[in-house]
Amino acid sequence: MTAPVVVARGLRKAYGDVTVLDGVDLDVGRGEVLALLGPNGAGKTTTVRILSTLLKPDGGTAHVAGADVLRDPGRVRAAISLTGQYAAVDELLTGEENLRLMARLAHLPSREIRTRSADLLELFDLTDAARRVVKTYSGGMRRRLDLAVSLLSRPQVVFLDEPTTGLDPRSRNDLWDVIRDVVAGGATVLLTTQYLEEADQLADRISVIDHGRMIAEGTASDLKRSVGSAHVEVVLRSGAAEQLPTDGSVPDVRRILADIERRGVDVESWQVRSPTLDDVFLTLTGRPADASDALVGASTSRES
Amino acid sequence: MTATALAPAPLTTRVPRGQVTRDTNALIWRCVRRSTRQVDSVFISVLLPVMLLLMFVYVFGGAIDSGGDYVDFVVPGIILLTAGYAAANTAVEVATDTTNGIMDRFRSMPIRATGVLTGHVVASMIRNAVSTALVIGVAFLVGFSPHASALEWLGALGMIALFVLALTWVGVAIGLVASGPEAASGFTFVILFVPYLSSAFVPIDTMPSVLSTIAEYNPITPVTDTVRGLLLGMPVGSAAWQAIVWLGAIFVVARVASGVLFRRAA
Repeated sequence: MTAPVVVARGLRKAYGDVTVLDGVDLDVGRGEVLALLGPNGAGKTTTVRILSTLLKPDGGTAHVAGADVLRDPGRVRAAISLTGQYAAVDELLTGEENLRLMARLAHLPSREIRTRSADLLELFDLTDAARRVVKTYSGGMRRRLDLAVSLLSRPQVVFLDEPTTGLDPRSRNDLWDVIRDVVAGGATVLLTTQYLEEADQLADRISVIDHGRMIAEGTASDLKRSVGSAHVEVVLRSGAAEQLPTDGSVPDVRRILADIERRGVDVESWQVRSPTLDDVFLTLTGRPADASDALVGASTSRES
Repeated sequence: MTATALAPAPLTTRVPRGQVTRDTNALIWRCVRRSTRQVDSVFISVLLPVMLLLMFVYVFGGAIDSGGDYVDFVVPGIILLTAGYAAANTAVEVATDTTNGIMDRFRSMPIRATGVLTGHVVASMIRNAVSTALVIGVAFLVGFSPHASALEWLGALGMIALFVLALTWVGVAIGLVASGPEAASGFTFVILFVPYLSSAFVPIDTMPSVLSTIAEYNPITPVTDTVRGLLLGMPVGSAAWQAIVWLGAIFVVARVASGVLFRRAA
């Protein structure tokens, strides 16, 4: 790893009796994409809010782009951009107005405000909708505008907090393409997500967080190895279910199905399943990313 | 997509002179633009008081003895109601910003984020100037006949402006506390009812003693009495300074509370 641009040591945060962060350590190298993977309520958003100067930790230190988030938040803010779970754009302004407003607030030189806004609208495929009020945009368009706004100032570090949550698969793929371009531009990216696939698609490295602690770290293939690869899930007519590991290739799946046929069991249904976050959790923590986490996350989603 | 357009800029922390003013101007522009996109809500903030004005003048007016022409008596109250209602809308605007995430965006930018609040306050003042002018216009149409010199008009408008400023900051504080725009909109209803327990619509001495005591200490009473006195060319007496002290105190408390709430709401 090159010299880290984002460094956090021992971050702690509690709301009353509820410990949200329990000593989080984090390093993101220059130009690297780190995915913070975890279920709702794991502490992902809290970590991002601390690193983006929105929230003071109870303990620990954090530096972003060489500046201390507590002592020198102004310098941190000049170097970062934050795209949250909510598309933080003004619904009553047009796409173009949103970009120009934020360009002014990002202190772009006045001659650049128009050109850069137009460029970003073009890059994010929003030129046709530029003069429309954001209220009329689809979810995917809003997220793209949100991301465009956050890139106006050419930030050193881009925080993406669950950038694709709630998007349909096509919009998600579009947004992934855009994020890849951002990464290709050389920005350092810290991405939070609940989806292993998203982390796999975008990140160089993945940190798995649960109950405010880092419980695993590695590349996508490291993590996948730790949970086993894909498997063929077979449900028998008797109700019994079986999971058979596979590498996902056509010959391997054909071999497994042929095997099942040979055994002559009565199959109700079957499918090939890739490892999911649930599988990672099951393996790493010995329990599923359970429903109670999801509920806690839903009621305090801004703190998760 | 080209990579250069997305490449990070070299890190600078230089903030040009006058930047804070330019940031605040940009945020004011935003809120004014928002208001022009919600003409319907500005319209309602005028329509409601106008309907009340017509109702008070033509329905209840005949039954209320105000010691003169009732339309002259009630117009100052209606103007303050208009101002209060429109100012309370600021609570909804601020609550919208805090719940939809845009406030977080402003806070994570290298700007003085309280400019967001200033933007809302200035936009509220402008909205109120429009709606107050409209209501005064309608008042003239239904027979409002003030006897005020230019200076007295100026004094009355100044008092209304101070009233709007103080209430708008209360709206900002409420908006920062509220759990969402819907909760914040409840505030507008409170503001709509407070004037009824003041000298805005009926003379205080016609109320039962408990209510008249409440009305006497309702800050809207000295404000109404001042505006009414100035517009009708009657003596204002101690009402003016009482009104200024009240509104000044409300402004300071709401302003400070908003600052604290804004910093705390992380």
